[in-house]
Amino acid sequence: MSLDNKTVSKVANLARLKITEEDAAKYGPQLSNIINFVEQLAEVNTDNVEPLASVVDITLRLREDEITDGGYQKEILANAPETLEGFFVVPKVVE
Amino acid sequence: MTKLTDLTIAEALDGLKKKDFTAVELTQSHIDAMAAAKFLNAFITETPDLALAQAKESDKRRASGNAGGLDGIPIAMKDLFCTKGVQTTAASKILKGFIPQYESTVSQKLQDAGTIMLGKANLDEFAMGSSNTTSHFGNVLNPWKRNDGSNAELVPGGSSGGSAAAVAARIAMGATGTDTGGSIRQPAAFCGIAGIKPTYGRCSRWGVVAFASSLDQPGAFARNTEDCALLLQAMSGFDPKDSTSADITVPDFSAALTGDVKGLKIGIPKEYRVDGMPEEIEKMWQDGINMMKDAGAEIIDVSLPHTKYALPVYYVIAPAECSSNLARYDGVRYGLRVEGKDLNETYANTRADGFGSEVKRRIMIGTYALSSGYYDAYYIKAQKVRRLISEDFMNAYKKCDVLMTPTAPSAAFAIGENEDDPIKMYLNDVFTVPASLAGLPGMSVPTGLNDKGLPLGLQIIGKPWDEATVLRVGQTLEKASGFNDMPVVNTQKAA
Repeated sequence: MSLDNKTVSKVANLARLKITEEDAAKYGPQLSNIINFVEQLAEVNTDNVEPLASVVDITLRLREDEITDGGYQKEILANAPETLEGFFVVPKVVE
Repeated sequence: MTKLTDLTIAEALDGLKKKDFTAVELTQSHIDAMAAAKFLNAFITETPDLALAQAKESDKRRASGNAGGLDGIPIAMKDLFCTKGVQTTAASKILKGFIPQYESTVSQKLQDAGTIMLGKANLDEFAMGSSNTTSHFGNVLNPWKRNDGSNAELVPGGSSGGSAAAVAARIAMGATGTDTGGSIRQPAAFCGIAGIKPTYGRCSRWGVVAFASSLDQPGAFARNTEDCALLLQAMSGFDPKDSTSADITVPDFSAALTGDVKGLKIGIPKEYRVDGMPEEIEKMWQDGINMMKDAGAEIIDVSLPHTKYALPVYYVIAPAECSSNLARYDGVRYGLRVEGKDLNETYANTRADGFGSEVKRRIMIGTYALSSGYYDAYYIKAQKVRRLISEDFMNAYKKCDVLMTPTAPSAAFAIGENEDDPIKMYLNDVFTVPASLAGLPGMSVPTGLNDKGLPLGLQIIGKPWDEATVLRVGQTLEKASGFNDMPVVNTQKAA
């Protein structure tokens, strides 16, 4: 499979990566090479094989749904590019 | 007298106990070494003041009889571990200036054991790479040079290249690393040191910047197996803050280093004899087999039939998980922000400017593989083949106790080589990725030099949770090979 510029631009948009036409033309062949490389998986017979999501043979733990920690507003905001009165600030979303 | 920077961790602990030197003296000698080897670019952030303050505290603890297991030992911390109050970048522009407000579990455990942090070691951006040439903060140089007079600058391997270079160059006595597809084992081999990635779930991932969460696993570098065992001991153990941390007992790794491998069954997987494998790699492997035979182990031929599919599986699963994990870098809560006309454009501008090419490539591959219409063909298919790869190992372990293979298909290459084609770069990890996909413990130990004077490493892969046997075999190879070579950077300085 070969990824054309349009597909590359679409994928970049889905991933929220701004790319120029020039970038798309550069990434296209590289991404196509990788996709072609991974497509050899099609030749493996995986009938009746369950997908493996986790290698650890443990069940995820459950705990009581209760507050165990918190009160870190200052720490959570400490690395924000912009804050105001205890909130993160983003560009205007609703006109 | 031996230079303090040439001591192993075990020797240094002994010297500290005997009051031959103080933690401050030991730390200062490593800070001096760090300053003298700045050209290696092994660190993104150096923390000499913090290190000396920690060393003073360490000396106080020792004087009052409260020393921890690794008290006073100066180490390097891969800049993927969040360290409270110390910049943590993952070698990415997008996290430049990020100051964590909390400490990762592994770095906390090492601190609790008394280690001294010299600085945050350089790496490939978000741990994505096999040569440490994708860091926003510049390439790391391998302290080793070819002996052919070419003076070519060689890569230290990756992604934990700064950690491996620092330990090899005698800047740090040990270092942390993380391994997703070989990021501890391959740089250990390229830099002529020992490195272990434990079983997935052995060391907590809490506070480690995520790349591919079903594969990422912290581990340790040191100049020998004994020191690796000491570091891994301090780093391991259950952590309720990591949902895939294993709640099982951690054995005494040092006690496992008995030197006795009589009757142990060493599996040699025939599929690792890949086409075009250099003769020097083949020879090193055969030498390793002979060393194990001489030590009384039994060599068993085994087959891991799906080996050739490990890299394609990895290059679906790792990018898929990375595209999901790295969605958090949006310029809102932390890290870089590049304003746009609206929120969406701010996201896209921020990520375009903040991520390097390799990271963008992997995010796009992952996004493509997870996108509607392709999910089953790529992601689910890769997860199914991942199971077959894992089952291959379990079948092999019915016949043997550990597997032994080369760590990498070549010695360290020059900066710029393998850069033109991403797939060529990915092939570096052909021997390390399968064990990562199966979550198995793996270690690389240096066993010899090639004809250009560069170190080569052998990989030992163990059963789940059996790091102890991996370490025992590693130490046997280390002793049998007598590997005790130093990188050229040091011998030059001594001359």
